[in-house]
Amino acid sequence: MNFPSELNYTKEHEWIRLEGDTAYVGVTDFAQKELGDIVYVDITSTGNDLGADEIFGTVEAVKTVSDLFLPIAGKVLEVNPLLEAKPDLVNSDPYGDGWMIKLKVANPADVAGLLSMEAYTKLIGV
Amino acid sequence: MELKKVVLNDLHAALGAKMVSFAGFNMPVRYSSDIEEHKCVREAVGVFDVSHMGEFSVKGPGALDLIQRIVSNDAAKLFDGKIQYACFPNETGGIVDDLLVYKIAEEDYMLVVNAGNIDKDWAWVNKFNTTGVKLENLSDQISLFAVQGPKAVEVIQQLTTVDVKAMEYYTFTTATFAGIDNVIVSATGYTGAGGFEIYVPNKDAEKAWKAIFEAGAAYGIKPIGLGARDTLRLEKGYCLYGNDIDDTTSPIEAGLGWVTKFTKKFTNSDALLKQKEAGVSRKLIGFKMIERGIPRSHYEIVDAQGNKIGEVTSGTQSPMLGIGVGMGYVKPEFAAIGAEIFIQIRDKQLKAEVVKFPFV
Repeated sequence: MNFPSELNYTKEHEWIRLEGDTAYVGVTDFAQKELGDIVYVDITSTGNDLGADEIFGTVEAVKTVSDLFLPIAGKVLEVNPLLEAKPDLVNSDPYGDGWMIKLKVANPADVAGLLSMEAYTKLIGV
Repeated sequence: MELKKVVLNDLHAALGAKMVSFAGFNMPVRYSSDIEEHKCVREAVGVFDVSHMGEFSVKGPGALDLIQRIVSNDAAKLFDGKIQYACFPNETGGIVDDLLVYKIAEEDYMLVVNAGNIDKDWAWVNKFNTTGVKLENLSDQISLFAVQGPKAVEVIQQLTTVDVKAMEYYTFTTATFAGIDNVIVSATGYTGAGGFEIYVPNKDAEKAWKAIFEAGAAYGIKPIGLGARDTLRLEKGYCLYGNDIDDTTSPIEAGLGWVTKFTKKFTNSDALLKQKEAGVSRKLIGFKMIERGIPRSHYEIVDAQGNKIGEVTSGTQSPMLGIGVGMGYVKPEFAAIGAEIFIQIRDKQLKAEVVKFPFV
């Protein structure tokens, strides 16, 4: 499994990649593997201002449904349009084409409160 | 409670299976991908280790009479080598379990029950054994492999001299299989893909498994987890005990009238006959999503006005159809084929249509 060191992580298995005051958010390689084949990414929070840990959508695998939690506060700008037709990109490329939302970050310094790659991998025991 | 393990537990782990707790057993839920495994069974051949299932021997004078008193189907219709699907109705209108009844010989039967119900069923059968029929719980002695898919017959044929291609659905034979004596080769399964279920003594489980995979190599045989087992059975509309049927659902409500024969008396048969004649207050239906969404167990089923009319009991996105399909109970007025219903999925009420089983 792959956990890029430049990302920040949450204990709910999301990752976030900060680019100035915007950020990309998705789920980790560990999460996609645990879930199995992703068949639907249901996100209807575009345009919403959400706080940290609020639910921004749902990811559905063949056997399971999981809520998606926002790593830090912000406004959901965009849902990855590729996932409508190809939700399995979350499985095949979780940190690349499988990103889920683009976020306008309320306070970029908030990422400092998230997990580093080292802390996340320790959490999941890999 | 400590999880029980099937004989080949370590082999599944070595194959990379994700193991989960299911019905008190540590079971492989997925080896690679639920969808790949599902398609492998629909299109070629796959093998499930379903050794967690329970087997009871019912033997000796009074065996048929005992079975007739506790199962819904008419076991008197069985001949040697024939299998019936049935349920144990309870005394309060529900179902103790669903099962297969194998007739081995006169007054010699095997009942195959769900893993999660072994203890409950064993107590149930014993409770009604008032005539001293010889009962034996063989569940911890038998391993069971389901070899399923359109290529299963080619695989199994290499391992036995019995003409398995000639075997009719729901028949079985006791044969030498992969050099192992007294193996039950049964033309049954829970996938609707065709194939066989192979009952072997635990000591020969590994030998049988390996022989099946060697014989299947040329056909792309793969091990298949419980995840795909569930989506395969759901595409065919087969009930899963604990989801679609349970202690509170009647066989009539569940559409199991075809295995509920009022040609004889059995547990609660008078009340079930009355229910059949008077009509049920809810019916198990199959539905497919018209709007995009995936139904799941316990989601509400509502009408166009948003009034609750029932509840989903099983649901998934069909790997073969690529759309959401499900089963659930609704009020009878919404149960007609083609009826429009809605599934409450999170904050949305999404349109679905009642359809006939099977979905695929």
